[in-house]
Amino acid sequence: MDSLMVFLGMGGYAAYVWPALAVAAVVMIALLAQTLRSLRAREATLAALKEEPRGGGPAAEDA
Amino acid sequence: MKRVMHRFATPAQFLRLSAAILPWSAGLTVVLFAVGLYLALIGSPPDYQQGESVRIMYVHVPAAWMAVFVYAVMAAASAVALIWRHPLAYVAARASAPIGACFTFIALATGSLWGKPMWGAWWVWDARLTSVLILFFLYLGYIALMNAFEDQTRGERAAAILALAGAVNLPIIHWSVEWWNTLHQPASMARLGGPTIHGSLLAPLMVMALAFGAYFVTVLLLRIRSELVARKVRAIRLVRVQAAEEARLTRQARHAEA
Repeated sequence: MDSLMVFLGMGGYAAYVWPALAVAAVVMIALLAQTLRSLRAREATLAALKEEPRGGGPAAEDA
Repeated sequence: MKRVMHRFATPAQFLRLSAAILPWSAGLTVVLFAVGLYLALIGSPPDYQQGESVRIMYVHVPAAWMAVFVYAVMAAASAVALIWRHPLAYVAARASAPIGACFTFIALATGSLWGKPMWGAWWVWDARLTSVLILFFLYLGYIALMNAFEDQTRGERAAAILALAGAVNLPIIHWSVEWWNTLHQPASMARLGGPTIHGSLLAPLMVMALAFGAYFVTVLLLRIRSELVARKVRAIRLVRVQAAEEARLTRQARHAEA
């Protein structure tokens, strides 16, 4: 438990080290999530367009 | 050259190649980040001058390297797109921009969090910091310009020219720490005479850099794929709108005849 507190304390730099890691993690995970979400929405739109040749399909292209 | 490129770099071939690479690059990203973070946080000693705050370096430096590298990729793809009009090159450049902007943001934010305890300031108008801030605005300007036109091809061409002009900033970023008196420390890796960084800090740094690289490849392939799907959707819709318009005109003409 003590060694965990020492680790989390980061030699007094906890207020800088952990936010730096958190910023990087949040930005990179958010970008990946947005990329996957948009890819799936566009693939669904394409599939709908192909399925009903005369229909417009959902307008979820730029999600 | 043009013919070879157009024959071997078609969207269909890209989709096949990316489907083969994606599972590997995604898996590699996870493994490299697991190992890299372990080495960066637990498996390496604190710096003799900077203490534990040096651990910010393992995120800050790879993000800054990638910020510059992704811009170089984007500028190269833009050049190929402008010279040979290769459609896949425009797609690659467009797909890179948001990733590069994210890396640049991470480099600036983590640099700020490192600067506060080490320099006593969140931000200084130092040559290195300022040129990286300009890089961030170049990415944002590129994205804005690309989407500023009704006609997508015009937006892409204008943005490609901006990307090429902005490439002047890359050597400025690299040598800013030597050309000007800066608070930012000089390069400790890419220098004549070999790296000046100690081995115990070098290993986690290299693993983290590879992790960032694998992440870039993964997200880039996904975004190119997504953009290709979006283009297919747009093309199908255009064809249908044109067909509907033609049918309407034919009906009108027939109506006028009767």
